[in-house]
Amino acid sequence: MSQGLLDAQNGAQPSNDDTQPARGISRRSFLKFGVTVGAAAGGGLLLGFSMPASSQDQKTGRSVIGGDANEAPQSGVFAPNAFIQIDTAGKVTLVMPKVEMGQGVYTSIPMLIAEELEVPLDAVTLDHAPPNEKLFGDPLLGGQLTGGSTSIRFAWEPMRRAGATARVMLVNAAARQWQVDPASCHAQAGHVIHAASKRSASYGQLAQAASALPVPQNVPLKEPKDFRLIGTPAKRLDSPEKVDGTALFGLDVRLPGMVYAAIANCPVFGGTLASVDGTHAKTIPGVREIIKVDNAVAVIGDHTWAAKRGVQALDIKWNEGAGAQVSMKTIVDDLAAASQRSGAVARKEGDVGRAFGDAKSRVDAVYQQPFLAHATMEPVNCTVHVRADACEIWLGSQVPTRVVDAAVAVTGLPADRIIVHNHLIGGGFGRRLETDMVTQAVKVAKQVSAPVKVLWTREEDIQHDMYRPYYYDTISAGLDANGKPVAWQHRIAGSSIMARFAPPAFRNGLDPDAVEVAADLPYDLPNQLVDYVREEPHAVPTAFWRGVGPTRGTFVVESFIDELAAHAKIDPVQYRRSLLGKSPRALNVLNTAAQAANWGSALPQRQGRGVSVMHAFGSFFSIVVDVAVDQGEVSVKRITCAVDCGMVVNPNTIEAQVQGGIIFGITAALYSEITIKDGRVEQNNFTDYRMLRINETPPIDVHIVKSGEAPGGIGEPGTAALAPALANAIYAATGKRLRQLPVGRQLQSA
Amino acid sequence: MTTFNINGQTHTVDAPPDMPLLWVLRDLVGLTGTKFGCGIAQCGACTVHLDGVAVRSCVFPAAAVGERKVVTIEAVGGTPAGQKVQEAWRELDVVQCGYCQSGQVMSAASLLASNPNPSDADIDAAMAGNICRCGTYNRIRAAIKHAAKGA
Repeated sequence: MSQGLLDAQNGAQPSNDDTQPARGISRRSFLKFGVTVGAAAGGGLLLGFSMPASSQDQKTGRSVIGGDANEAPQSGVFAPNAFIQIDTAGKVTLVMPKVEMGQGVYTSIPMLIAEELEVPLDAVTLDHAPPNEKLFGDPLLGGQLTGGSTSIRFAWEPMRRAGATARVMLVNAAARQWQVDPASCHAQAGHVIHAASKRSASYGQLAQAASALPVPQNVPLKEPKDFRLIGTPAKRLDSPEKVDGTALFGLDVRLPGMVYAAIANCPVFGGTLASVDGTHAKTIPGVREIIKVDNAVAVIGDHTWAAKRGVQALDIKWNEGAGAQVSMKTIVDDLAAASQRSGAVARKEGDVGRAFGDAKSRVDAVYQQPFLAHATMEPVNCTVHVRADACEIWLGSQVPTRVVDAAVAVTGLPADRIIVHNHLIGGGFGRRLETDMVTQAVKVAKQVSAPVKVLWTREEDIQHDMYRPYYYDTISAGLDANGKPVAWQHRIAGSSIMARFAPPAFRNGLDPDAVEVAADLPYDLPNQLVDYVREEPHAVPTAFWRGVGPTRGTFVVESFIDELAAHAKIDPVQYRRSLLGKSPRALNVLNTAAQAANWGSALPQRQGRGVSVMHAFGSFFSIVVDVAVDQGEVSVKRITCAVDCGMVVNPNTIEAQVQGGIIFGITAALYSEITIKDGRVEQNNFTDYRMLRINETPPIDVHIVKSGEAPGGIGEPGTAALAPALANAIYAATGKRLRQLPVGRQLQSA
Repeated sequence: MTTFNINGQTHTVDAPPDMPLLWVLRDLVGLTGTKFGCGIAQCGACTVHLDGVAVRSCVFPAAAVGERKVVTIEAVGGTPAGQKVQEAWRELDVVQCGYCQSGQVMSAASLLASNPNPSDADIDAAMAGNICRCGTYNRIRAAIKHAAKGA
């Protein structure tokens, strides 16, 4: 385990006003591809370069939460936000604005540097970037952000380019010292070697001299055939500490004098605290004080147990407000009404009206998808110490600069007095893109004279999440005499997360995330109209959730394509093939998955096989699911997945992320649903917000298709492509078409 | 004050009798490797061993521990089964976010200690109480078999 990584996890990384890597840079060299060079603070070579920090393509302004991000943004002003430092001892340190939350980037991003720099993988140490808007932020989204399956996509080009540039400078430094032609030298395993004279110098010996040299332009990158690390399975660097209990998550912070807070949040969305009687709570040993905030009460205790028991003993009166009128019926009725309005156009091709008129037959459907909670295994928590001159925060966050913003808003302190110690994240899935827990914890800590660890119970975590929105889709197709879709109309109604999270990305009423996949299908559809109607659920907060727009969109379109195949009485794989003439990569994964799953082979009664195809996150996925349905209960027997995620960086990570994403998708498709009654969430814990368990998990075969394309995302596509393949398999097994998730009890009568 | 034998060491702490062992370990003793996940024995993140048997510490009262020896994730590597499980977990790259893995390792170590060659059904029975939200189940199963092979 590298020391730098440990530092980041222990919260010992520099505070956000400490921008040491940048300080050493004399910005004398600005290059087309954006590398600046300087002497490192303690001697050695320091290269600064640019890696997109957020999920917004600055060139097009288009959201790339789920879309293609293979081209690095080209902004007019060069501002480096990632740094490679090679010190005089030869130690290579990378500082960059992406966080580890299980997806394996602390392993795969160093691979990109090590490949071109010609050092062993374990020679690269990774330091998590401190929150710093100026260095690591993005002007459009306003923050460092890890999400949208973008880490490797955004890192692919700039990380390799930076490694190659540093290597050439080290070679040039050696050649100059030895007074030989640089072309007669080569780099290998952290050394520059001049074979003819048998001379060799380590990177550490050359780093200082290299920092004085001009930065070479247009350094060629390796041909894929020459890769020594990229594409080979690399072990995770964070395994040892995660199997022996030493890994530190936000929840694990312990500070001198720290006290513990348990929370009672107002059970009704939008409600506020009226009054609280803490008489009983204060009699519990270990309870120290009762703290009021606008919509919650905190009990401070000597330990979590006292605080938790204290909360149970509170007598609280709430002002429930208008939120108490909200229930699923009102929410769904509003969405159904909204879907009658015309929306912001996301895609328009041909003449849909005429095409429907000319069609020989027509299929219409309404699809609905529920609110979902994130239910990360590490419940919401945040530890804060507010002092007169500063506010220190310990947590795991996907958006460290937004954490600073939230604390500034509550404390009124300047941003440089907010110190964030970012930690390992016990599951992100979108939950830790939000800072509501920071706002609350700082409000509590302002009233406490010691550092306070605010921890939500699982019940609070599920009932006071920010939820994947409920979506209501109306979709229609007109078919020709051969059953091919000649007209396609799809309207999406639901909350806009973008409008709240990243307002500049919400333009002219169109939420680019909500229409992801739906507006850009791999199928050849000559006449299509896809539009979006924004309709917010009253009082219910919404947020991104694993797979974001593509999870939402793929269920609808891939289920509906299956409906059309059934209507045309054509095999679902054959039907899709006939529409994928213009998308060879999609066709390839479909064929690969179908063949590997032995598509077309007979299955026993009450078993069925379903398929989906998806292009999202810069990757192509096809999933085949085998299910058995017995007395309304679905068991998933087997899953086969074909993946074209472009050039493979770490196949070991890809298999793990695809399997994990698919399991996340099975849980959601079979079980997950947050329902609201009288403004309250009805689910509580894993008893009624059920998770797939190991005994319910099928074998999942992942077939990685060889591809020379730039890398695509891998953390979310498995989740996004799963649900329709599962629902289509249920249709094959039972003849029942599920247009609503989760499967839940819908098959009880089937 | 209550005295506990935890990882071979004696700890005397001021634990209310109804306080779950989880909070004794995390908040009083300072062993944070054992995780809080649900508080109702539904997810297994808090799994520890009492005299070698896997229990959910989030619902196990401090007063009920008695003389039994508590072993947590921090020390399970000192047992033959725990060591094999941790090695297999590293070898097969099981972890993702890692938060549930303390509990997974403890359940697997308890299984292998009592059943050195578990079948798939045995693995299901022993591990179904441990939720992993990242979805590492396929590798957990493979790693348990890998550890058993090395036994």
